Amino acid sequence: MNADITLTVDGRERSLTVDPRTTLLDALREHLGVTSPKKGCDHGQCGSCTVLLDGRRTLICLALAVAHDGAVVVTADGLGRGDELHPVAEAFLDADAYQCGYCTPGQICSAVGVLDEAADGWPSAVTPDLAADEVVLDRHEIAERMSGNLCRCGAYAHIVDAVSAVGNGAVR
Amino acid sequence: MTTTDLVPARAMGTPRRRTEGPAKVTGTARYAAEYAVARPLHLHPILATVPRGRVTAIHTTAAEALDGVVAVLTTRDAEALADTADREFAVLQDDEIGFRGQYVAAVLADTSETARHGADLVRVTYDEDPFRARLDPDSGELYAPDSVNPAFATDSVIGDVSSALRDAPVTVDATYRTAMTHNNPMEPHASIVVWEPAGTGGRFTIFDSTQGVSATRRNVATVFGLDPGDVDVISPHVGGGFGSKGNMHANVVLACLAARRVPGRPVTYALTRQQMFSLVGYRTPTVQHVRLGASPDGRLTGLVHDVVEQTSRIKEFAEQTATYSRSVYAAPHRRTTHRLDPLDVPVPSWMRAPGECPGSFAAEVAMDELATACGLDPVELRIRNEPDADPESGKPFSSRHLVECLRRGVERFGWSRRDPTPRARLVDGWWTGTGVAAAAYPANRAPGSGATVRFHAPAAGGEEHWDVEIAAADIGTGARTVLGQIAADALDVDVDTVEVTVGDTAVPAATVAGGSSGTTNWGTAVVDAAQRFREKFGADPSDGDEADGTTPETDAAEHYAMSAFGAHFVEVAVHADTGEIRVPRMLGVFAAGRILNPTTARSQLLGGMTMGLSMALHEDSVMDPRSGHVVNHDLANYHIASCADVGEIDVEWIDEVDPHVNPMGSKGIGEIGIVGAAAAVANAAHHATGVRVRSVPITVDAFLG
Repeated sequence: MNADITLTVDGRERSLTVDPRTTLLDALREHLGVTSPKKGCDHGQCGSCTVLLDGRRTLICLALAVAHDGAVVVTADGLGRGDELHPVAEAFLDADAYQCGYCTPGQICSAVGVLDEAADGWPSAVTPDLAADEVVLDRHEIAERMSGNLCRCGAYAHIVDAVSAVGNGAVR
Repeated sequence: MTTTDLVPARAMGTPRRRTEGPAKVTGTARYAAEYAVARPLHLHPILATVPRGRVTAIHTTAAEALDGVVAVLTTRDAEALADTADREFAVLQDDEIGFRGQYVAAVLADTSETARHGADLVRVTYDEDPFRARLDPDSGELYAPDSVNPAFATDSVIGDVSSALRDAPVTVDATYRTAMTHNNPMEPHASIVVWEPAGTGGRFTIFDSTQGVSATRRNVATVFGLDPGDVDVISPHVGGGFGSKGNMHANVVLACLAARRVPGRPVTYALTRQQMFSLVGYRTPTVQHVRLGASPDGRLTGLVHDVVEQTSRIKEFAEQTATYSRSVYAAPHRRTTHRLDPLDVPVPSWMRAPGECPGSFAAEVAMDELATACGLDPVELRIRNEPDADPESGKPFSSRHLVECLRRGVERFGWSRRDPTPRARLVDGWWTGTGVAAAAYPANRAPGSGATVRFHAPAAGGEEHWDVEIAAADIGTGARTVLGQIAADALDVDVDTVEVTVGDTAVPAATVAGGSSGTTNWGTAVVDAAQRFREKFGADPSDGDEADGTTPETDAAEHYAMSAFGAHFVEVAVHADTGEIRVPRMLGVFAAGRILNPTTARSQLLGGMTMGLSMALHEDSVMDPRSGHVVNHDLANYHIASCADVGEIDVEWIDEVDPHVNPMGSKGIGEIGIVGAAAAVANAAHHATGVRVRSVPITVDAFLG
């Protein structure tokens, strides 16, 4: 029943054998020792497991590993270049946009996804003009787009500060 | 001595980034379930599906036959524990069921999927007994506990409040309700436990998610009849706790029982989010009857705060809900009481600001009602009732700047432009209004912490540095960072040369992160160790020199009432047609002693306010009285504030240095942010709509019809 799959995780190719019931999150955490994505609910309700899966932010507790053979996964640990942190991670440090740190890797992956989606012109539920080519990432847009990532320490105001700082600078 | 010699502040008071920041933003900081251990087994428990009764049979054959299942633990075969005086720790000890969601069995398997599958195959049958699971303020079973958490008097009576209320020209008499709520830290409670037998005993190594490794060590040693030195607990990073990881819970006992079944093999047990609704504590719902009597100028003559709340029949927890009303406002005649309704429900416990959080909701909404009744501005009403000394004990306050917080808030928030008329501002279809509430939280201090300071001077021209070791907990508070700042100032060295180790029983024992007392207790021990170091080794120590310190006893509490204070100002908008409620603006002004690290302090205060907003608008654990089950037991149905629920939040503090609480001049800040926040939202909602809401969470139905 078990399946052999290969994943590229933070730039490294990894081969593993998984139970068909194994989620991509458990494949990373329990099989590969990649614990940057966190398990907060296992039901797609909290956002702690967010990674960039084939370039898009994804809740990998809802993804089965066997269905993602060959996928490219980037966790918060793989966002930076070498020892240099990703600008979003730096912005989180600057804004103290975290406390316990458990939701933080997911928040940061989600924020990177938000910036990409906005740059691609994707509207959100609060975008005034759905047909507009450009999205202005104001605080309102950022808060809406980051609402799939819960933070029980209540760092939201600082998270919006952090994402704003990058969104208004040059990230791409 | 009641005045502490204060440590001169250099690093203290200066903003500083979290030491562990880079590890947290990359996700490489390791939490309890994330340690790489060889050949781990995974545990999945089976929970009781009846709230009261007994297990009649447990069928484990199918589970045991499953490939990969290593063991099934049940109430029928679990080892007898050495000490089960704490009934919460009596895991699998007998067939009695005290609440739905109690452990009755557990499956150990070589993968998490197999463990869960095996647990599904275990069949349990029960004899059911009649039960009660809904708090009933008219219950015939109500009783007065011996004391309320942690050791306050159950009731307090001063003067003749009945006469005062009867004679008062202005009165408020109302009942307030707060919901059952669950802490829900983002990291579910988790442990990896290894049991290694040796001779007639053995030792536990426990990677745990806890607010206090020393307490977990003590509890595990007691429950299993071991020497505390044979229990190692490691917990450098904790994904939030908010009280739920303060007292050890049954999950650690279960993981330890399982580990003893498979000596030498690590057992991993991370709770599911659903399991957290029955096994790791919650805040009791409350019903609070508040009566205020006042003269027409708003001065209180009498104050009564009577509380009914629930406890579990198997283990008492008495939330100190009315203690808020004992210390905030002056009134010559006063009474507070607590009564418990014993139910067949999970054991309630600490949740951020137990007592003050729900109690301030009732007290501060009642004050708003009194302001309306007297035709007074609610800020002015509070200032008029400012006491000269602690209203119950008569002791002077070590420092108290509530009035300054209110006045600063008035200025910052633009309060003076406020038209007091309720339901007078309809803007684009939204009724808007503003509200205020005070906040107070005691500056607690407890003995029981030690610290070690050690000096390192590398021989070959390397940088000298200092180790500071204390088994404190950094649950997101920034404890590791602030203890480094405290040590640097106490030693008079550069803060960048100090390295702090917390969260490990290998270093000196410390109190739990609770009661907003961590920095006071641990910081005082660190200061003591640093001072002893300088006394012993002077200004020119040698490599490897070290000194130990403790938290010295102080009699300050005998002479002073010590609390932090604050004021919340909130703007609310309620949609005229749908009743949707939004909070576009919050301001909190706090007087909490010296703010040791403005960066992390701001986050903690803001986080407390955000959790208060969440309490005001969202949080409600729905207990089904027919099944004893919290039916909304996940994060899709138990709502907490999300990013889009939070508008503009400002945090400010008053310059205050308290010389009596600790040698840093600080007070605790972990809990005061939540105190009063929900009341300010309810008061603003009244100003916006004219509808007085006396229960939280405040939902749309309150404003419709």
